[in-house]
Amino acid sequence: MDLENQKRVKEFAEQYGPENVIVIIGAAEAEAAGLAAETVTAGDPTYAGPLTGVQLGLAVYHICEEAVKNEVDEGVYDEQISMMEMVLDVDEIVKEMETIRSQYSKY
Amino acid sequence: MNSVLKGSSFVLVHAPDMLIHGGTTQTTERIVNPDSEYLRKLPEHLRSFEEAVAYLPNQVYIGNKTPTDLAAAGDVWFDKPLQSASRFGSFGEIMPQDEFYLLLQTCDVFDLVMLDKDFVKETLPRFEKHPLVDAELLALVREGVDISEIEKAVNNEGAEGVYQNGKLIGCVKKAHDIDVNLNAEVIFENLISKASCALSLMHFIKTTGVEKSAIDLVLDCSEEAVGDMNQRGGGNLAKAAAESAGFVNASGADIRAFCAAPVHALIHAAALVASGTYENVVVAAGGSIAKLGMNAKDHVKKDMKALEDMVGGFAALISKNDGVSPEILSEFTGKHNVGTGSSPQAVITALVTEPLDKMGLKIADIDKYSVEMQNPDITKPAGAGDVPQANYKMIAALGVKRGELERAEINDFTAKHGMPGWAPTQGHIPSGVPYLGFARDDIMSGSIKRSMIVGKGSLFLGRMTNLFDGVSFILQANSGAGADAPDEQAGVSEHAVKRLIAESLRELARSMGAE
Repeated sequence: MDLENQKRVKEFAEQYGPENVIVIIGAAEAEAAGLAAETVTAGDPTYAGPLTGVQLGLAVYHICEEAVKNEVDEGVYDEQISMMEMVLDVDEIVKEMETIRSQYSKY
Repeated sequence: MNSVLKGSSFVLVHAPDMLIHGGTTQTTERIVNPDSEYLRKLPEHLRSFEEAVAYLPNQVYIGNKTPTDLAAAGDVWFDKPLQSASRFGSFGEIMPQDEFYLLLQTCDVFDLVMLDKDFVKETLPRFEKHPLVDAELLALVREGVDISEIEKAVNNEGAEGVYQNGKLIGCVKKAHDIDVNLNAEVIFENLISKASCALSLMHFIKTTGVEKSAIDLVLDCSEEAVGDMNQRGGGNLAKAAAESAGFVNASGADIRAFCAAPVHALIHAAALVASGTYENVVVAAGGSIAKLGMNAKDHVKKDMKALEDMVGGFAALISKNDGVSPEILSEFTGKHNVGTGSSPQAVITALVTEPLDKMGLKIADIDKYSVEMQNPDITKPAGAGDVPQANYKMIAALGVKRGELERAEINDFTAKHGMPGWAPTQGHIPSGVPYLGFARDDIMSGSIKRSMIVGKGSLFLGRMTNLFDGVSFILQANSGAGADAPDEQAGVSEHAVKRLIAESLRELARSMGAE
């Protein structure tokens, strides 16, 4: 995850409390989505950014997961996401996200 | 009248030592984690020049192999070296690092590059034999200095070391005592961009046969900032490279728009020529040392070679309509506007379907789309996926949403209208332009009629806006009408006569074939 984004996630967690922050990921690949999810839960796996060794344990979802999709206005989802949903390997992404959440999410 | 794509060139420079010393993944690691296992292991993962030449995607880049060859070779290429491969190709060449250092010196007009005299002596005989190196260029290579002088400059005077096979063989001196914009690292980076741009220009003259003196303007579309503390991005790398390439009648200007810059520059060039302001405009760029080895941590972790060891360059000539070369349809370009929005759907609509709608065409009416042609051999092991494939799927998915394609046809569409990526991950270098050489050949041979060239840029990296950027244009087979238009009022032009003769000959050939 971009170092600047790591910093912002860390600041939001401090400002609002980690239990009040949900991170929504839009990565196009399961591996990339997993890495981003790991960063905001267990810490930066590349040991490069501000979240290195910081276990925020945040709730983290991919935008194509049912739980998030159901919260979004249908028209907006259709306009913003539906095309990408056709392109992505959603099952693979969901599997990866569930694995990371079950291991590291505290909220 | 539309302007045309008259020709292009593509060059690569093998840069394994520059990867170690100048790639930002490595320079960052040396600051953050100087004793890391990665830095220790990396030298074992560098490719030899022969390995870089035998690498199929590199051979496609310089025109010895085609995108079709690449698609036929499966989807992993680093483990399949070609048995016989040449460093020179129909579009350009792959230059070894040591020869490039001499070229770098010829592009340095401020005596900032110092090379070890033994290194110069050893490398010069090969450099002399290079088909594009003439006496004028050779005269710019200096004899070299004693290595102790270089060591002193690197250790005590803020010079940046230049290495070959891990050994210090030269340095680039700082150009100012205080100004960080002119420190040795920046000067080295800018000189590399300039020299690889100049090399592209030199090849381009060779491949097109156009006179150097006929070029009116060079637009540089790389991603380096050239300037000093009072004008950090002052620019005109274009004019600097044009000088090195000997384009005496050319002016120059830089166009910067991150990775979208080459397509922006081509649209500018096409309009400048179509309007009659200039007759011959070259769009060119050298490569980026900073991006070398960007994903090398993943490559090393997966026990692969560090494949991002190539500095890229290209040049393309946009000229007045000659009646034969592919036309750039200046009236039907696509662009991402400030208000377009950043969802992939909005982006693809703005770049792909809006210009098609204006022309009354459908998505499948473009025979080949050239998008961000990043080599997936490099990006997939780093978890960044297959970038061109993802782009093609997005275009196809938009086609499904528009009712032009069935969902089950997405894969067929991407295979037919797309290509695997072969360009090094040098930001602006993969961005739409790597196909230009093949596009011209494919359109002129009649195997395709239209191609869309799409460039995209990530503007947020500069922290001035969160906006995305992208532009596109269509290349189309020449209608044959353009070149004749100015003369038609005065009677039948020479071009028209030639075309009539050509058509009669073709007709004759067809009738003979039928018998």
